[in-house]
Amino acid sequence: MDLDPVMLARLQFAFTISFHIIFPSFTIGLSAYIATLEVLWVTRGDDRYKRISRFWTRIFAVSFAMGVVSGIVLSYQFGTNWSRFTVATSNVIGPLIGYEVLTAFFLEATFLSILLFGGDRVPPWLHAFSAIAVALGTAMSSFWILSANSWMHTPAGYVMRDGIAYPQDWFAIIFNPSFPYRLAHMLNAAYLTTGFAVLAVGARYLLAGRFSEEARTMTRMALGLLVVLAPLQLFLGDQHGLNTLEHQPIKVAAMEAHWERGPADFEIFAWPDEQAEVNRYALSIPKAGSLILTHSVDGVVPGLKDVPAADRPPVKTVFFAFRIMLAIGFFMIGAALYGAWLWWRGRLFATRWYLRVMAQCWWIGFVAVIAGWVTTESGRQPWIVYGIMRTADATSPVLATSIAATLTLFVLVYGVVFGAGAYYINRLIHRGPDAALVQSGDKAKGPLGVEHVV
Amino acid sequence: MSSDLAFDLAVDLPMIWAAIIAIAVMMYVIMDGFDLGIGALFPFARSQADQDRMIATVAPFWDGNETWLVLGGGGLMVAFPLAYAIIMPALYLPVIGMLLALIFRGVAFEFRALARRKRGWSIAFAAGSLVASFAQGVVLGGLVQGIAVENGAFAGGTFDWLTPFSVLCGLGVIAGYGLLGATWLVMKTDGELAQWARRRALWLFAAVLVFMAAVSLWTPLAFPRIAERWFTLPNFYFLWPVPTLTGLIALAGWWGLNKGREVLPFLSAIALFLFGYLGLAISLFPYLVPPSIDIWQAAASPASQTFMLAGTVVMLPIIIGYTVLVYWLFRGKVREGAGYH
Repeated sequence: MDLDPVMLARLQFAFTISFHIIFPSFTIGLSAYIATLEVLWVTRGDDRYKRISRFWTRIFAVSFAMGVVSGIVLSYQFGTNWSRFTVATSNVIGPLIGYEVLTAFFLEATFLSILLFGGDRVPPWLHAFSAIAVALGTAMSSFWILSANSWMHTPAGYVMRDGIAYPQDWFAIIFNPSFPYRLAHMLNAAYLTTGFAVLAVGARYLLAGRFSEEARTMTRMALGLLVVLAPLQLFLGDQHGLNTLEHQPIKVAAMEAHWERGPADFEIFAWPDEQAEVNRYALSIPKAGSLILTHSVDGVVPGLKDVPAADRPPVKTVFFAFRIMLAIGFFMIGAALYGAWLWWRGRLFATRWYLRVMAQCWWIGFVAVIAGWVTTESGRQPWIVYGIMRTADATSPVLATSIAATLTLFVLVYGVVFGAGAYYINRLIHRGPDAALVQSGDKAKGPLGVEHVV
Repeated sequence: MSSDLAFDLAVDLPMIWAAIIAIAVMMYVIMDGFDLGIGALFPFARSQADQDRMIATVAPFWDGNETWLVLGGGGLMVAFPLAYAIIMPALYLPVIGMLLALIFRGVAFEFRALARRKRGWSIAFAAGSLVASFAQGVVLGGLVQGIAVENGAFAGGTFDWLTPFSVLCGLGVIAGYGLLGATWLVMKTDGELAQWARRRALWLFAAVLVFMAAVSLWTPLAFPRIAERWFTLPNFYFLWPVPTLTGLIALAGWWGLNKGREVLPFLSAIALFLFGYLGLAISLFPYLVPPSIDIWQAAASPASQTFMLAGTVVMLPIIIGYTVLVYWLFRGKVREGAGYH
């Protein structure tokens, strides 16, 4: 048996965490959207907001349940997969995860119950407050877990004694150098992901001529958000990249497949050959790499050859994942700006080709998020904590066959469970916002009766 | 130590943290216990309408209940990283089995409500609940019987946890959660469903007592360290009320079920768990990983425990506050056909 336990432990963790991140990147944004709709309903009394809120809350419930169960797995995998990492670093990052549980998880779980089941038991203001509490919970959860993750990239505020990290300065630990950038980039990514999902559903209804009042509201709200956040993400990503260049130069070299220290071109496409330490089939923009990273055409960019091969991340993975994220990011900016222009010209709801494209784009945010995480996490390799501990030294004393067996089970279970979840979400979307759910509403307002399927 | 946040060392931080984690795990066992128990009773329900009502009694609570499991596991990692890093690899297969089972039963709450045919997700809910309960019992048994440790790391085999004793504990936890679930239904439903639950609860009370007696006899016989704890003087003078009170509580629950009481059986089931839990704590203390790693050896640095304690002291009462709010909002019986969905 020549299964490599380190590789298997990484594969298992990569699989479970990639699956998990799909749900937070949706629910962080969606909870904020639902909270906005609830507040609009309470303050303006327009039942349209209530119908849209109800509709997305059902979808939120399904996504959140999948996020919870896949997240519980992760809280135990620190021990099952990475026990030596836990022993070495728990003094420092353990409390950050503890604070996530205390400030976020209970808040989300408890107030979600009121949001889901409390409609006829609590006054509208408490219902709206519950929506805000859930949204706040998801954001606080991101705060703490991204702080812990960032510390693994840019450790600070600690001392090492006998291979174990001890805290020295909690402020420096929590607000470690890459944290503010990662938090801003990820929260914005979550809002973008949700924005494109809401836009896709709005476009789908508009094309089908269903729920047109709700669909117009959804489309306008989503587009209004995206036209600001999509360009903002380019700025946030750039800032995050500059921070990475400062603290993890070899990751940036891998993102750009830049081998020799010196001025860099930007490779639009290339096939990095890690054996020969060159790029094949490169299509590049001269000097653009230096311009992006140093804001000067002759700026020196670190190269992969600055460090021995054993200290380099897997170049192809990092290079291509980064390009997938980048491509989607630029597509998002284009789609948002063009949509806003159509809106301004009053042609948004009549431009069917645009709606058709947008109706198909519900998934782009999710892929960009996963690609971004693959970039940053693979880019940290071969370190689990950058410069302190190698991934190979972090594993648990568990047999490779056990890991392989449970990995197979995870793939099967996640395939069934999350396949079913996607199917039910699609059915909820097909069913659409339900007029009958709003007791006090004026049901004659929109063309709802015809499509009403319960 | 190097941090000025660290408490004066006169305060026994590991003791405080052992108590906090014991409370978190106990909260988990009781709160998720009754909703896992609903899953264990699911296959025996008389109709789909009954199943709908059973699941409706726990739908607003299960998510918050399960969060205590994250606090228990996360708390162990924060406060006693060494214990966490030994226990998880040692009990790798039952822990992963429990997590996979919890996935099935967790999503079943939502999916079952949405599915055209509920049967598949009913099975997933029941099987997931049963496997998760069994795995938790096996984890408990695996811990009580001891874990092989060398140089501060797990040094045993893949299947060390699998013994007749751990299987007994697994079955005992299923019966115990089933009892919590059945008495919860007595309290939260009415009519024939409540009557049905009452009859199941009587059987489960008997089964739980048998399992508790078996574990209470087995552990001192098989593990001398536990016999020494209970049966040496003066310990015995202090400890004899524990089994005695446990017996009295069981009698009260039994009486309550027969007399048609609605709340008393559930409270007795909880008290039974508390005393079983106390008994285990007495048997194991001060070891987190018996027989070698105690709470002081496994403790995180004082600065880490202090920093975390500050947040816990502030947040735990708030969490308990809004947990009470939700239980109060969804108080009362769930009547026929009155799901929350």
